[in-house]
Amino acid sequence: MSFAKNLRCRECGRVYPLDPIHVCEFCFGPLEVFYDYEALRRTLTRERIERGPLSMWRYADLLPVTAEAAVDIGTGYTPLIRASRLGRLLGLERLYVKNDCQNPTWSFKDRVVSLAITKAREFEFDTLACASTGNLANSVAAHAASAGMDAIVFIPADLEQGKIVGSSVYGPTLVAVDGSYDEVNRLCSELSDKYPWAFVNINMRPYYSEGSKTLAYEVCEQLGWRSPDHCIVPMASGSLYTKIYKGLKELAWLGLVEWRGTRMSGAQATGCSPIVEAWERQSMDIKPQKPNTIAKSLAIGNPADGYYALKVMAQSGGQGVAVSDDEVVEGIKLLAETEGIFAETAGGVVIAGLKRLVEQGLIDPQELVVAFITGAGLKTQEAVAPRLKPALAVQPNMASFENAFSEQAGALPAARK
Amino acid sequence: MAKQRVKFTFAQELIKEAVIWRLGRDFNLVTNIRRADVTEDRGWVVLELEGEMEEIERGVQWVVEQGVRVDPVAGDIVEG
Repeated sequence: MSFAKNLRCRECGRVYPLDPIHVCEFCFGPLEVFYDYEALRRTLTRERIERGPLSMWRYADLLPVTAEAAVDIGTGYTPLIRASRLGRLLGLERLYVKNDCQNPTWSFKDRVVSLAITKAREFEFDTLACASTGNLANSVAAHAASAGMDAIVFIPADLEQGKIVGSSVYGPTLVAVDGSYDEVNRLCSELSDKYPWAFVNINMRPYYSEGSKTLAYEVCEQLGWRSPDHCIVPMASGSLYTKIYKGLKELAWLGLVEWRGTRMSGAQATGCSPIVEAWERQSMDIKPQKPNTIAKSLAIGNPADGYYALKVMAQSGGQGVAVSDDEVVEGIKLLAETEGIFAETAGGVVIAGLKRLVEQGLIDPQELVVAFITGAGLKTQEAVAPRLKPALAVQPNMASFENAFSEQAGALPAARK
Repeated sequence: MAKQRVKFTFAQELIKEAVIWRLGRDFNLVTNIRRADVTEDRGWVVLELEGEMEEIERGVQWVVEQGVRVDPVAGDIVEG
């Protein structure tokens, strides 16, 4: 069952029913789902969760929909890997990687979209919509197909063909908008006011964003009902980052884990780092930026939850870190070469950010650290392709192979006797 | 009549300009400010514009041309 009670304005605290609305009528502040935590405390136990399905829906009691109604294409309960090799290299004794590449459309967006579409169906919308350049579009198109709903996906007209395939294969209506990034934003905002569509990250946003909490729940359960000492999370709008913290706090309030005061660090790419830039200025005032980075999945110049992310960073004792595009590529390679996980650019941002924080002494080597890897690398191959070692080209004979190998790859082992 | 909720962000050199007043006068829009924060080096205002849709669009375009950043109140909507 759902224990969601109402929506509350994050700015002025006004309360609203659980309707398809996203901003406060009075101050236009963002709305957030609030739960009946007393009832949850009486009902929810570790055992009740453990009896649930091996998916994000085992935490349905903590979500604003019921599990029975879920549009579920197999999202969640992704692996939490003990990253010993990477940890040793970075100087961390207890490093874990939450590998959310293993979701149905290969990114964490499946969590938020699964929730948004479930709520959209409950509200009797027949069309799911979004504006996206990648992961979100893929997930919206896939979920809508699975639920038999129509999907409208707005994309910038200059988006590369390769990025369109991952959405168009599911059969949505793709709308290529010939305008600047800001113009696409404004158009979609106006469309969501005008037409009866469920825009996952506009009118469904209060519900949609709650899906990210399941990452925190899973990590705690996979650690044996223990919260991490330190999390490092990629930041785009800042929503994922703040919702992971909300999830950790909820589990502690409900007595399911001990409160450890988890420190929350957030990573961005220098080419689009409005949250980290404000953090470094020690200001709560986000200055919007024009994105220019290879980490396209994090390229949000005017982050909706940036202010709230800064609050979490300050409250939790975390850090904000921004890394260059070169470091992003190095981060992708480091994770792949040490742990066998090929992450997209957002994962490179996280690993490079983690490396920087350790080097600066801002993460204690003894801390239990979880790095959140939110999307798979096959989606952004162009980011790393130019930096990869070329394959050896040889003739089909032993001498050619041995020559090429010794010249380019190093000494061959002694031959078998 | 149409309505649109927007956020204007002003750089320092524009803080003294009566942009919102001119928007109301020149485009016949009702401007209703709901939240704002103005410091010495920048300012933002969250407001609702009410009027003919065509005038809202023309007005917003004029505001952008003045150098003011105009965003949806919910922040960026295009996600990765």
